[in-house]
Amino acid sequence: MGVLFALPWIIRLLTLHIYPIFAAFYYGFTRYTILQPPVWLGLKNYIKIFSSDKLPMQALYNSAYYSVGSVPLGLVLALFLAILLIQRIRGLSFFRSVFFIPSVVPAVASAVLWLWLLNPRVGLINFVLTSVGLPRIPWLSSAVWIKPGFILMSLWGVGWTTVIFVAGLQDIPRHLYEAAQIDGAGLWGRFRHVTLPLLSPSIFFNLVMGIIGSLQIFGPAFIILAGPTGGPQNAALFYVLYLFRQAFDYVNMGYASALAIVIFAVILALTMLVFRSSSLWVYYEARR
Amino acid sequence: MRGTHRGERPVSIGVQIRQRFSDQRFATLVQRFFIYTVLIMSSVAFLFPLFWMLSTSLKVKEKVMAMPPQLIPNPIDWANYPETMTAPDFDFPVLLKNTLTYGVIETFGIVISCTLVAYSFARMRWPGRDLFFILTLATMMVPGPVTLVPVYILFKQIGWIGSMLPLIVPGFFGSAFIIFLLRQFFMTIPMELSEAVIVDGGSHWTILWRIIVPLAKPALATVTLFEFLYCWTDFLGPLIYLNRAELFTLSIGLYAFRERWVIRYDLMMAAAAVLTIPILILFFFAQRTFIEGITLTGIKG
Repeated sequence: MGVLFALPWIIRLLTLHIYPIFAAFYYGFTRYTILQPPVWLGLKNYIKIFSSDKLPMQALYNSAYYSVGSVPLGLVLALFLAILLIQRIRGLSFFRSVFFIPSVVPAVASAVLWLWLLNPRVGLINFVLTSVGLPRIPWLSSAVWIKPGFILMSLWGVGWTTVIFVAGLQDIPRHLYEAAQIDGAGLWGRFRHVTLPLLSPSIFFNLVMGIIGSLQIFGPAFIILAGPTGGPQNAALFYVLYLFRQAFDYVNMGYASALAIVIFAVILALTMLVFRSSSLWVYYEARR
Repeated sequence: MRGTHRGERPVSIGVQIRQRFSDQRFATLVQRFFIYTVLIMSSVAFLFPLFWMLSTSLKVKEKVMAMPPQLIPNPIDWANYPETMTAPDFDFPVLLKNTLTYGVIETFGIVISCTLVAYSFARMRWPGRDLFFILTLATMMVPGPVTLVPVYILFKQIGWIGSMLPLIVPGFFGSAFIIFLLRQFFMTIPMELSEAVIVDGGSHWTILWRIIVPLAKPALATVTLFEFLYCWTDFLGPLIYLNRAELFTLSIGLYAFRERWVIRYDLMMAAAAVLTIPILILFFFAQRTFIEGITLTGIKG
């Protein structure tokens, strides 16, 4: 009976989740254009990824750059906003909604909006920068500035992370702050020795999700740059964009699968690294 | 320290008040002022892009790129909206119909299937249950791009490319994340309630429909809302599977629009607003469900 209830999911799990992982492994060793059956290539695709084709590593670098920029900044900004949002003041639910609203804006809408905001000549952001005396930044048309542009855009979507931090902060018992205050801890001391350790499970969750998500950045770059084009000097050719280009522009399904396996390995290794490091800095016993 | 000390001249009321004020009230007042200032400034920064989307969408063509930019459009011009919605690549009625078809049917499928599966994982015993549950958790950790190509090939082989089927049908077979969420929620419902039904001779169906579903309404509402929002916003799925304009959803319509009309920001912002405003209305009416839903996802990291 129980199996019957779960049967639809078991079918999907096997056909659309587990089988494709093995299929990706297999296709990764082949040349496959869908029209003809796969041709066995051995390790050739992987050798190409790491040697003759320069783009995969550049794309991986681009995604890593984006990740290293957007994840820490996003965490700090979200934590900052979350701390403001647990103060005892009026209108909190209003402010909470305000910070969350950008996260529900459809991806394509927010991408075209940022295309407009980041317009080098008449965009609002450059107008704000120049009106406070800063130089005009050639965001999307510059190989140097295009990734910071995407990072800036990502910060608009920290609402999600913020809400999770707010929930984590609300779980911290008040008496711990009072105890710390009696022991003479100042604002920073309380933050450092009460907030951070007790919030570490939430930080850990947001960090893992942030790393996994940011390394797979695709939508904003695809929409803003009108396809898997990569921007000036491929500076915004993110890894999944390149995978998409190989799979759907060139129909190199074998090569695209090998690319997929490589990013899988990278994300898996990083996630495991963060998980292993968690015993050093995440305080699970604090959770009730 | 405050107040009068024995043997001293009583401190005047004015001084007392001033001292109180400076000691505590003043500190909290400064603190509050600071918090409000920062909150208001950040709110402006977060809302301004959206305001700018609306503002641009209401400008006449000549004023869009005016320098310095016009904050409030003058004149306000609503014509961009009808112009956008009747543009050749942005056939609004068709796009809306497709988006709703995708969103409503897929969400319906997800809610039904995930309720059953989550119930099975939470409340029923069967061989292999724990193994399949662990596999379910494991698939959530597999990045989307890994399975992208083989799944596409699978749908290609059964001839579903160029139809809504790859987007809709899987929904009727559940989704890892939502099964997980609902299972966690179902686990919190006291076991005694279902035992009472069994004592009365009821089946699992009875337990599910009479006990679990009514008690899990908030969780089901969250899931419905999130799934619909996911479909409304989904870009990659429709991009890969829908290759004909008659099938495009609003997301793909806006993307096609962006490719064609890149210099007409007024029209592009109007199209973006058409996609965004329904979601903002939905959000406005269901804020609590949204925020509590995310909290639910974060708690069990």
